[in-house]
Amino acid sequence: MDELRLDGNAAAGTLGEVFSFEVTTAEYTCEGCGKTDRLGAAMVYEVRGLGTIVRCPSCDHALIRLAHSRGRHRIDLRGIRHLQVEDVAG
Amino acid sequence: MQLYRTLWRLADVVEVVPETPRTKSLVLEVPGWEGHKTGQHVDVRLTAEDGYQAQRSYSIASAPEDERLVLTVDRLDDGEVSPYLTEVLMVGDKLEFRGPIGGYFTWEAREGGPLLLIGGGSGVVPLRAMLRHRAAVGSDVPTRLLYSSRSYEEIIYRRELENLAAQDGSLEVLHTLTRSWPASWSGYHRRIDAEMLAEVAWSPDERPLAFVCGPTPLVEAVGAALVGLGHDAARVKTERFGATGG
Repeated sequence: MDELRLDGNAAAGTLGEVFSFEVTTAEYTCEGCGKTDRLGAAMVYEVRGLGTIVRCPSCDHALIRLAHSRGRHRIDLRGIRHLQVEDVAG
Repeated sequence: MQLYRTLWRLADVVEVVPETPRTKSLVLEVPGWEGHKTGQHVDVRLTAEDGYQAQRSYSIASAPEDERLVLTVDRLDDGEVSPYLTEVLMVGDKLEFRGPIGGYFTWEAREGGPLLLIGGGSGVVPLRAMLRHRAAVGSDVPTRLLYSSRSYEEIIYRRELENLAAQDGSLEVLHTLTRSWPASWSGYHRRIDAEMLAEVAWSPDERPLAFVCGPTPLVEAVGAALVGLGHDAARVKTERFGATGG
């Protein structure tokens, strides 16, 4: 299987199809190990035609699972305890 | 700005510049280009006749102040996208892309420094955009580039980096070559390690702002070594290339 190992920066375009905020600077807390960092620093695996998985670089826990099929995105955010997003209006 | 992140559009290829035997710069004319920050990238998408699409991310090589948008692409022989971009694409062709994308791995001169840029292979591309931006706005932020290449011939932007450093007392460019080097080579000739970083990076007290970009093993080794030397992890920004990208 053709798998691309990238990072959160490279996946920003794909994630930007779903989220309207700037994804790379959003701060996650990992449900697996509690690590807090910017999503741009997380690891991303893209599997051709199937979807994208964003993983914690410390414990490999899946933070975000994004699947795309038949014109719909399916997003699983169970791996993120919470997410802090910059308030662009402020 | 928000809109362009996800909107696919077409650029005109106006020039193709060979940089090294494996890399080429694509100079693009983008009608209504709204500008970018250094360190940002674009996604490029190719569509085959049967509808199959492949997409990859490429760092922007030009400064916001440059007249045209430039991508520098490294040819990966087993890649799906880079062989087309470096061997087939010609002046006059159109290229489908979206961007600029990314807000994490970015630098503007007003953010200051000292600026520590560490690149491996084509990981130098976004760092070159930072150096061109820095020169274009006349910034004198103390800056060091440590750039790892496999061989002398594979150093991307070699002359440009020499010229930038020659004109600017606050910029130092250091190379390391990891596979082969000329007999007369006086620079580093090994992979970047903690000892090299201790020599090149400022002391942690000076709080350099570090940008590290390259293949995943290099980025992880350099990031860990900088933090091990006492640098603040929050001031070490990384961008990794996958082992099977291209």
